[in-house]
Amino acid sequence: MRDTQDPPLIKLEAAELHFPVGGVLAQLQGRSTVVKAVDGVTFELRRGESVGLLGESGCGKTSTGRMLVRLDKATGGRVEFDGEDISALSGDALKRFRSRVQLIFQNPFEALNPRFTIRDVLAEPLENARIPKTEHEGRILRAMALVKLGDAAQFMDRYPHQLSGGQLQRIVMARALILEPEFVVADEPVSMLDVSVRAGVLNVFRDVRAKTGITAIYISHDLALVRYVCERTIVMYLGRIVEDGPTEDIVANPLHPYTQALVAAVPVPHPDQSHEPLPIGRGAPDPRNPPSGCTFRDRCPRAFDRCAVEAPGPTRIQNRIVHCHLHAPET
Amino acid sequence: MTEPLLSLKGLSIAYKVGAHDIIAVEGATFDVQPGSIVGLVGESGCGKTTLARSLTRVLAANARIAGGKAVFCGQDIVGLSERAMNGLRWREIAFIPQSAMNSLDPVYTVGSQLAEVLTRRGGMARAAARKRSEELFEWVGIETNRLGDYPHQFSGGMRQRVAIALALALDPKLIIADEPVTALDVIVQRQILDQLRELKERLGISVILVTHDISVVAYVCDRVVVMYAGRVVETGPMAATLTAPAHPYTMGLRNAFPDLAGAAGELTPIEGSPPDLANPPAGCRFAPRCPFAEARCRTDVPELLPYEGDHLAACHRIAEAETLRARAVASETWEVPA
Repeated sequence: MRDTQDPPLIKLEAAELHFPVGGVLAQLQGRSTVVKAVDGVTFELRRGESVGLLGESGCGKTSTGRMLVRLDKATGGRVEFDGEDISALSGDALKRFRSRVQLIFQNPFEALNPRFTIRDVLAEPLENARIPKTEHEGRILRAMALVKLGDAAQFMDRYPHQLSGGQLQRIVMARALILEPEFVVADEPVSMLDVSVRAGVLNVFRDVRAKTGITAIYISHDLALVRYVCERTIVMYLGRIVEDGPTEDIVANPLHPYTQALVAAVPVPHPDQSHEPLPIGRGAPDPRNPPSGCTFRDRCPRAFDRCAVEAPGPTRIQNRIVHCHLHAPET
Repeated sequence: MTEPLLSLKGLSIAYKVGAHDIIAVEGATFDVQPGSIVGLVGESGCGKTTLARSLTRVLAANARIAGGKAVFCGQDIVGLSERAMNGLRWREIAFIPQSAMNSLDPVYTVGSQLAEVLTRRGGMARAAARKRSEELFEWVGIETNRLGDYPHQFSGGMRQRVAIALALALDPKLIIADEPVTALDVIVQRQILDQLRELKERLGISVILVTHDISVVAYVCDRVVVMYAGRVVETGPMAATLTAPAHPYTMGLRNAFPDLAGAAGELTPIEGSPPDLANPPAGCRFAPRCPFAEARCRTDVPELLPYEGDHLAACHRIAEAETLRARAVASETWEVPA
């Protein structure tokens, strides 16, 4: 986004993640199609940046996150981490990569082995990384302090079911952070938690960033939460980026018609709010058969002829990038 | 004030677990006026879903109504026979579950499921049922040619609309909706909430909306009932309750909630977690997490008393609510419970 001398830590260039759908029979009959979960996504992350990936279910935000940590291999384009194409990694190089990046899962109630004590849960990644046993205790205590479970002694020998959701999600974070990764992808980390404890986990997330300078992607459908932890937001729709820019600018003045609907749809916790109808057509599109040109055009209140024939490319407007013909220079 | 459509008086619901009773809802008291949407708010385990389910008497096998009354249109549904209750379900009180997928039968088309409700429960002829189904689909914004589709052919939001159409089928007076938009994306969520409000205005139905999201309450509800650890802690008109809460728990919830319309300020969690209902604390159940708790809060159960007009709260320090509200805004207040 911003001009800087530092090379980016993460670089995606027209990255694609396409899944074939339909069985063998469909393939033989030539009826097979692909779902373009991620379809030509380009962005860079500087070190220490925290970016929200925002969109509705099926927009490709989780697929993008999985691709970034190589849980899924890009089927096209390029995904770089620290200057290296991660699709090409294997063997020891892949192992090294895996210790430098981490994923925080959505559901803390399912992310931890129920038969492991908290100590075992946290020691496992250390063992996998061949960290000497003598260092374990210190590392575990440091990780627990980082996620504000300061009173570590009272948790260490307990099992996951004995902890509350907020405590569990902190353990999940401690586990992700214990190998001191440079990059973390958090996929809806608070969506399973109660409101009163959600804020605590978000505060921990912000704290960890401030203390470790970690680079982070925060995947969410909730702009109000993204705003709280990310200074920059990338909005996705049907596998493509529609808008990318500073979160506060996007909240205050969304440029893409989809982002405008998304911002308008977020309810606020007090009575004075707009009840205007949303500026968006009903009905989610079929990802197997998206509209031609701009994939948002069939729900867009401002679509015109050009939108059906040509997919909008990136247009830079100050410190934002928008993919929309309304903002594109005339050609 | 008009006669309430539903009036709960001291309703308690207990689960039998082993040899013990766990009181999931204790002494719930509130009214639902005709043509209004009441938000039932609280965290997981606060009893809101149990309370909602008790109103159609579809509780789990080990749960029972342990006391109190639920007077619907003049009759107490607590004492009704199963047969009489069955007469109320769908016709008078309908239920929208959180996950519409679980309430729809995957092997029948949605049209035939609607037709079943209309003919078997509503006693309609086939042709009339068909016409009514089309009308219901139009109301909830689904094209009528989709009546022949199966549940899996609908998206999550559309299935939720189908569930609303089913609930509306026999023209009920009260709809109980258990987290109807929680699993949905914001845009779809907004469209479903708009739908509920439009139906309230057009048909004069009432809705009890169970949710954990006070933004949803602020968007669509006329009144709000806040529950904590099985008890109603605050109830009142939506605007008054959210702008000037009288119970510290409601004040805390408000602080913990991000507000997209405001500045990107701090979010303040409520430290600790709700009590174990198998072994609840004496006195006010929020006291262990409350920054304003005093000695009496840990011994005496506070009653639900008027704060202003029909805005009530169960807090010993209700008279100081304004001062507490001012203090509750500061995040330091919540750092260490008193």
